[in-house]
Amino acid sequence: MPRTLRHALKWIAAGAVALVLLYLVWTIYAAGQALLALACLAGFSAGVYVYIARGAYTWRYLFPGIAGMLVFVVFPLLYTVRIGFTNYSSRNLLSFERATRYLLEETAPGEGKRYAFTLHAEGNEFRLVFRPEQDQEEEGAAGAEPAGKPAPVLVTPSLALLEASPPSVVEALPLGQGSFEPKDPLPMKEIIRHRDVLGRIKVRFPDGTLGTMTGLREFAPVQPLFAKNPDGTLTNQKTGEVLTPDREAGFYVTRSGEQVRPGFKVDIGFGNYMRMVTDPEFRGPFVAIFLWTVVFAGLTVLFTLCVGTTLAVVLNWEAIRFRTVYRTLVFLPYAVPGFISILVFRGLFNQSFGEINTILEHLFGLKPAWFADPFLAKSMILIVNTWLGYPYIMVLCTGLIKAIPAEVYEASAIVGAGPLTNFFKITAPLIVKPLTPLLISSFAFNFNNFVLIALLTGGRPDFLNTRVPAGTTDILVSYTYRIAFQDSGQQFGLAAAISTVIFVLVAILSTINLRLTKASAPDAR
Amino acid sequence: MAIVTGTGHRWRVVAAHAALLAFCALILFPLFMIVSISLRPGNFATGDIIPTDVSLEHWKLALGIPYQAADGSLVEPPFPVLRWLWNSAKIAGLSALSIVVISTTAAYAFARMQFRFKSPILTSMLLLQMFPPVLALVAIFAIFEGIGTYVPALGVETHAGVILAYTGGIALHIWTIRGYFQTIPVEIEECAKVDGASHFQAFRYVLLPMAVPILMVVFVLAFIGGIIEYPIASILLRQVDQLTLAVGSRYFLYEQKYLWGDFAAAAVLSGVPITVVFLLSQRWMISGLTAGGVKG
Repeated sequence: MPRTLRHALKWIAAGAVALVLLYLVWTIYAAGQALLALACLAGFSAGVYVYIARGAYTWRYLFPGIAGMLVFVVFPLLYTVRIGFTNYSSRNLLSFERATRYLLEETAPGEGKRYAFTLHAEGNEFRLVFRPEQDQEEEGAAGAEPAGKPAPVLVTPSLALLEASPPSVVEALPLGQGSFEPKDPLPMKEIIRHRDVLGRIKVRFPDGTLGTMTGLREFAPVQPLFAKNPDGTLTNQKTGEVLTPDREAGFYVTRSGEQVRPGFKVDIGFGNYMRMVTDPEFRGPFVAIFLWTVVFAGLTVLFTLCVGTTLAVVLNWEAIRFRTVYRTLVFLPYAVPGFISILVFRGLFNQSFGEINTILEHLFGLKPAWFADPFLAKSMILIVNTWLGYPYIMVLCTGLIKAIPAEVYEASAIVGAGPLTNFFKITAPLIVKPLTPLLISSFAFNFNNFVLIALLTGGRPDFLNTRVPAGTTDILVSYTYRIAFQDSGQQFGLAAAISTVIFVLVAILSTINLRLTKASAPDAR
Repeated sequence: MAIVTGTGHRWRVVAAHAALLAFCALILFPLFMIVSISLRPGNFATGDIIPTDVSLEHWKLALGIPYQAADGSLVEPPFPVLRWLWNSAKIAGLSALSIVVISTTAAYAFARMQFRFKSPILTSMLLLQMFPPVLALVAIFAIFEGIGTYVPALGVETHAGVILAYTGGIALHIWTIRGYFQTIPVEIEECAKVDGASHFQAFRYVLLPMAVPILMVVFVLAFIGGIIEYPIASILLRQVDQLTLAVGSRYFLYEQKYLWGDFAAAAVLSGVPITVVFLLSQRWMISGLTAGGVKG
């Protein structure tokens, strides 16, 4: 391809991409998200600049990766910290502007003409046809009247009623201007089918009144329930009551202090953190969960270390035949996908139908309630996690043991040392230093081992008498997941605050780990 | 090694074998059990470890074939297992592909180019790896809800959104590929450049062909990572048809609707291929990481 043509193509492509991105930024801006639009604009222009400018050549290789990490890893972490300082929850879901708009869109029955309506299909879309209602309803709404009656017949533009969000206010125009000939109206069952969508539509009639569907055959006028005052308060048009926005609580409140839904998002400073520390109903389970998280991660590391190291040492003993076979077999738990083996254990431990209880009953006549008793549930979690985790430690230890020179053991054999002496005097001291950072990583991983808890017990059995549901086997991450996504409150702010606490703990662990890694391997790249 | 063997040596070997065999039996018990459960009739029956009457009903349901029960009624498959498997493979495959592409180019820049903030970026990438995405689920959910408002194809309840979310987790892969690139002498590319190759040509036609083993390893790791990922998929996907296997499997074991046998068949069906891929990839890992550009 000639150079000039390639050059031209490049600029055309760049221009097209830039236009698409600009359009996207514009739609975001038009939706009232100025800050987000600005951020997108900055990101997009950085991207376009990198791929056009000569000076940014290196960044062409880096941009997708760095951008991906910034948007999907770094930004969520920072945003989580931010959410932790708000009251974001299902009760305070909207921004202040949207909550205000929601209230201003609330309507109450008003004065004016009532209209009978019929629904007409037009291709895949629909139109509503309105006729003023007579005082006596002898005409009937569904009857096909001749269009030439003195009272004007009104018609709306085409509406795609199957869409999730129709335009909330549509204009109804006199029939002549709509260039639409109403044929047979659709039967009542079609109206019933689209009842939900129709109920959300507001129609503006030519005399300026707004109407909503008040029955399956009629639209009646409504008027806004609230009017906005210059000082930001809202006045209820019917009762005259004044609503004042409470920017501390995130609600509009009446004079008597009653909160009006929907609430809106506001900053509450350290409110979520204060709750962790001061609210006794919350603090009890929180402290218990925190301690269990530490115990769980610590014991997991201890148990996997014991099993893994023992296996590594035994399987490194040359006197044993078929070592490769053994190694593959004991490695299997690591190779089976975690979500499958965890669910398998969930079934095997089941109190009534589980195979483990069947065997225990045959042998000892026991039938432990693995999922109902907190202590047994915790033991089960540790058993399962040891099963899942020891092969990793075994692989690590095998590598480290192989690196120990054989002469050391020959020397110890000459002085007549037994295998235990060998292990505690030679092997253990030599592998403990390089192993420590890996064990801390393992601790940090299990500290946040969400999948195990979520799939095995789901945190149950729950603590009794807590306002925010909390489980005795919950660890901090599964607890935050429940607060945010499972229980009715959906308290995103509180969950994000707990996540922030976990960030700090993980950051401390990583710092220690980084120090140790540098100390044990100063020449590491 | 130990040349001197004591009198207890032989007994110790026998004892070690016995202990190892017992340990293997204990460890592999759940895996044997699940195969046996998938073959015995009914969802509640408890039987022997080796089932006496073999029934393929659970396997039929797992493969999406309706099954004629003993009383004559037709049992429909409870969940679209094959669909879930396909969803998982699709999401994991596409995300692994984009992860390989993105992290290879980035690793090239980190291994061969000089730019500002290079080592701080590298260190912070390693630190970021310590914060799993499960800690930022609320924010991730909010982000994808935001994206979905403007670009519905990438929002919540879409596979593209999940793939996009997985594509962010590339820090460790960049480190792995960068380490491999550094084992390949830079002189080979410099020769190509002397012969007139551009930066990109040296990367595409000289370095990449030598790095195929590590790219395979990263692809498999990212693929398995995508298959077994649970938290992000569980908040972004809710409709039954859209679920990945990791999210869908748990629906088998609700207290109210306990489908133990059906679950066992689905678990074996989906677990075996993933396990085999993982075991094979372990082999590759070792050969891939040790094979470099310089032989001998």
